[in-house]
Amino acid sequence: MEENNNNIFEPRIIAFVCNWCTYAGADLTGTSRIKYATNVEIVRFPCTGRIDFMLLLKAFAGGADGIIISGCHPNDCHYTSGNFHARRRWMVFRDMLDFMGIDIERIRWSWVSAAEGAKWADVVNDTVGKIREMGPYTEYKKAAKFLEEEKIIHE
Amino acid sequence: MSKLSEKAATLLSEGTVKMIIGYEQGTERPRPAFCHKPEDCERLIFNDQCSNNLAVYLTKKEIIGEDKVGVVGNYYVIKTVIQLNRENQINLQNLVVMTVDGDDIITFGSIDEMQQYVDTHEPVPNEKVLAVIEKIDKMSRSERWDYWKSELSKCVRCYACRAACPLCYCNRCVTEVNCPQWIEPWAAPLSNMEWQINRVMHMSGRCVGCGECAAACPLELPIGILTKKMGMDIKNTFGGWKDGSVLSTYNVNDKENFIK
Amino acid sequence: MERLIIKSDQIHTWLAKIIETVPRVLAPVKTGSKAEFKEIKDAGSVAYDVITTTSSVKASAFPNTETLFAYEKQGTDTKIYDVAEENFLDTVIWRARPCDAVGFGPLTKIFNWDYKDKLYNERFSRLVVVSFACDKADGCCFCTSVGGGPGNTAGSDIMLTKINDKETLVEVLTDKGQKLIDLCKDCFTKADDSIDKESVLAKIPVRFTREQIHEKLAKSFESPIWKAQSERCLGCGACAFVCPTCACFDIQEGAHGNHGRRVRCWDSCGFTLFTQHTSGHNPRPTQATRWRQRVMHKFSYMPDRLDIYGCTGCGRCSRACPVDMNIAEHLTNIANNE
Repeated sequence: MEENNNNIFEPRIIAFVCNWCTYAGADLTGTSRIKYATNVEIVRFPCTGRIDFMLLLKAFAGGADGIIISGCHPNDCHYTSGNFHARRRWMVFRDMLDFMGIDIERIRWSWVSAAEGAKWADVVNDTVGKIREMGPYTEYKKAAKFLEEEKIIHE
Repeated sequence: MSKLSEKAATLLSEGTVKMIIGYEQGTERPRPAFCHKPEDCERLIFNDQCSNNLAVYLTKKEIIGEDKVGVVGNYYVIKTVIQLNRENQINLQNLVVMTVDGDDIITFGSIDEMQQYVDTHEPVPNEKVLAVIEKIDKMSRSERWDYWKSELSKCVRCYACRAACPLCYCNRCVTEVNCPQWIEPWAAPLSNMEWQINRVMHMSGRCVGCGECAAACPLELPIGILTKKMGMDIKNTFGGWKDGSVLSTYNVNDKENFIK
Repeated sequence: MERLIIKSDQIHTWLAKIIETVPRVLAPVKTGSKAEFKEIKDAGSVAYDVITTTSSVKASAFPNTETLFAYEKQGTDTKIYDVAEENFLDTVIWRARPCDAVGFGPLTKIFNWDYKDKLYNERFSRLVVVSFACDKADGCCFCTSVGGGPGNTAGSDIMLTKINDKETLVEVLTDKGQKLIDLCKDCFTKADDSIDKESVLAKIPVRFTREQIHEKLAKSFESPIWKAQSERCLGCGACAFVCPTCACFDIQEGAHGNHGRRVRCWDSCGFTLFTQHTSGHNPRPTQATRWRQRVMHKFSYMPDRLDIYGCTGCGRCSRACPVDMNIAEHLTNIANNE
């Protein structure tokens, strides 16, 4: 768990975003000099359609406390239908995760266009605030560290 | 000789098919049987206990070869054949699909006939499975996590669920992708969960609900619950969906309430 | 070897003492309609009314997943961390079956054939096996056909045989076993020489002999029987994973950035990928060749190379198989094959 100078939990957020809308939108947030939380690490994809659901599980296993998924608004996909495919995938996947007890409240889905720099800042700030309240995703990290639980000594 | 055995023997002796896949009596319950000669067909049986989904063999080239084969399957075999055909995995020209209904042997002439049979012969839902789903639905999120983590921690990764599933026909499975390592190949709570999530996601809309994954599990893990629940969710979300893979297509009017 | 008697109602007094003293006691525990070996904390949780557990007890010496070593890269150096075998727990396996106990024989030979496997040997040396002779068997049991039997003491440290409702015969077979007896000396009395355990054992017919199979296999490599028997085989690993003697493993890398672990995990000769070469060539390209390998390994290669057969007749593979590949039935056919 990461903590800042005041011993307050700092969430680690991974954002999977599409190149054409949200990534450009996040760029606009910067060029517009809008300040927002620094807890997010952005991973750029050609399209939301390319974001395999396993990447979310890998992000949690790798220590993420929250995840943001974002891309072009419906009908604005650079590849026409990538985000429609993605939307279906998330509709099915989200139900599945919820049934298995994986915390879907830690995953934030959003459409952010290249013109919505301010919205991106809001999405990030909102997510960071919420995850900070929820605390670190300890149970998932613990499950991911199964092997490390075995005792090991130095040679 | 039963009507079924006679019919199968005739198909073989007339040379219509080179092999009949059906059921024979096994140690404690029926098991798949392969008849190559008319005299083999005496072993064939068909009853409520015949639960193996024989369609699993229809995508195995080393079993069926290039020749025409016959299959005497249960309801789910018929349903699976429809789905395999939709996915271009079988050649209907080389297949005689049959089932037994009371005293009659039904031979299907087309996919439409199979669809009609499937639509009119739906088995009663498995109350036990539905009860477990209801029980899990009522749990809190952390209880659900504990339940699945504890159940799936027992998994030894023998992949019997994958092997028994007629729709898990990939030559190279996603779990064997190792550059980079996608799902860790050893048995551990999280990688077991990831494996099941992948298995179920790849079944979305395709699963025929035969329950063979759960029946095959030597540890009796409730993995059939996952595919069943996913099927129910998909039906709800996509308005009575029954057209195969729900993820290989889309609808601009899909409605969700969580992308903001 | 000493023969003792314990009153049946004293068995759990003794087991409670064992649980109190020994760091880990594994015993069959009910899981749904079946049972599995699990750590028990109280004597009451043992399931006695099952013939065998679904999985064998081999994981106590050869875990499904185990770390071989851990590593950490530090600049141009790599630090290696060995497994601390002194942390392995002394373990009593309670209510093993004779076919469980005898399974450690082939396993030990495999893990000491050319390379002496330290981790296996360390785990195995900490095991004490308390077997219960079988008074019941099912259609999958065939121990008597592979040199075992419902009262076979090989591999056990102690064997219990229920003589009647009141008394149980206790055969103390090793020093390790004697130490467990010493935990509750008052529970035991000397057994009368006239007590004959054979009469209470399950009757399991001999269907073939191992030697018969061995002899037949020598000329069956190209036999069509492999294709015929394996037609319904789905190629999963259930049989190998529940088997008390299957020891095939894979070595994998659990790498996380600059640190990681090398992991050993179970594998199965029934999987297509087991023999797949990087080039794409597969020397065992069909399920028939893989099924042949499974039988040949247990009944031909192991006796030839290690002087021990790789099958204890527990029948677990037959019970676990989704398509009822009944190994005893298949072996009988091989024995009678011309």
